[in-house]
Amino acid sequence: MAMISEAAVRESRRRMLGDALAIATYALPVGLVYGLAALQAHFTLLDAISSSVVVFAGGSQFAAVGLVKDAAPWLAIVGVTALVNARHLLYSAALAPYTAGRPLKERAFMAHFLTDETFALSVAHFRRLAKFDAHGYWVAAMFIFIPWNIGTALGYLAGGAVDTHKLGLDVAFPAAMAGLSIGMVSGRRDLAAAVGAVAVAVPVGLFGGTSVGLVAGAVFGPFFGLAVPASAGDKSGDRETPEPSAAAGLP
Amino acid sequence: MSLGLIPLAFLMWAVTYPARALPILAPGIERLPSWAVSYLRLAGPAALAALAAVNGLLTADSPPHLAGGLAPLAVGLCVLVVWRTRLLLAGVGAAVVLVAVARSMGVG
Repeated sequence: MAMISEAAVRESRRRMLGDALAIATYALPVGLVYGLAALQAHFTLLDAISSSVVVFAGGSQFAAVGLVKDAAPWLAIVGVTALVNARHLLYSAALAPYTAGRPLKERAFMAHFLTDETFALSVAHFRRLAKFDAHGYWVAAMFIFIPWNIGTALGYLAGGAVDTHKLGLDVAFPAAMAGLSIGMVSGRRDLAAAVGAVAVAVPVGLFGGTSVGLVAGAVFGPFFGLAVPASAGDKSGDRETPEPSAAAGLP
Repeated sequence: MSLGLIPLAFLMWAVTYPARALPILAPGIERLPSWAVSYLRLAGPAALAALAAVNGLLTADSPPHLAGGLAPLAVGLCVLVVWRTRLLLAGVGAAVVLVAVARSMGVG
C-alpha cells in the first residue's frame, strides 16, 4: 500500500469535517421532530433519549414511534426495526476490508455507531486515504450521534410547551416518513418498492389494522422493486453507495 | 419503577446491532447473494413508504378508514418538495406550514 503523507491525511480530514458539519446542521432539527413525535406517542423523556442512544437509527425510531402510537405488539416493532435496519449489513460489509486489522473490541464498539451518515463520511475518507483512519471514523460518528441526541431531548422538552395541532406539527411524522422514503429513491427499482409498499399497506391496513398493513407493505414492497429492471440510477446492487437518506439528516 | 419503553429500545438494538457488526466482525459474510443485497437495499424505501401510508392515509380508528382533509395533502406536498430538493427538512417544513396556515384560516 502506498504511503500517505500527513498533509494528505489532514486534507482528507478537513474535507470530511466540512461534510460532517453539513450533516450535523440538519441532524439536529430532524432529531427535534423525532423528540416531538415521541412526545406525541406518549414516550417518557427517558424512553425517547434511551431510544436515540441505544438504537441510534432514525428510520426505525420513527417507525417505532408510529407503531407504539398504534398500540402494535412489540414483536411487530422489533420485526420492522430489523427490516428497516438490515441495510446496515451492506455498510458494514463495505467497511470490513478497511477495519480488518483493528482489534476486535474496537470494531465491536465502532459498529454501534454505523449509520447512513457515518458510513457515507467514513468510507469516502478511507477511500481517499486508501486505509483506515480511526480519528476520521469517530469524527463522522459523533457529528451525527451528538446532534441527533440533543435534538431528541430538545424536541421532547419543547414539544410540551406548544399546541402541536394548531401549529401543524402532528403531520410532521407522516411527512418525514414519506420524505425520507422519497429521499432514498435513486432509480425505478426503489420507486417501485416504495409505491408497491403503499399499494400493499393501505388495503391490508384497512382490513387488518395499521400495524399489519405496515408490516405487509415493508415485507412485500421490495418484491415490487425486484420485479422491475434496474435503471441507470439504481443503487440497489451497489455495496459501497450509502442510502441517499444520509443527506436527509437521519442516522 | 416502570421501565416504560426502555426494554423495547434494547430489543430494537438487539436486531440492529448484528446488521452493523457481523460483516465487520466476521469478514466473509459480506459476500451475500446479489438478490439478498438488492432486497435489503429496497427494504428501506419500502418500509418507510408503508409507514408514511398507514400514518398519513389511514385514520387511527379501529378499524381504520381512509383519511381525508389536510394530512394526505401535506404528506403529498412533502413528497413533492423532497423529490425536487432532496432536503427532508424543507419538505417537512412545507407540510407543517401548509397545515398551520390552513388551520389558522379555519380549514381542517
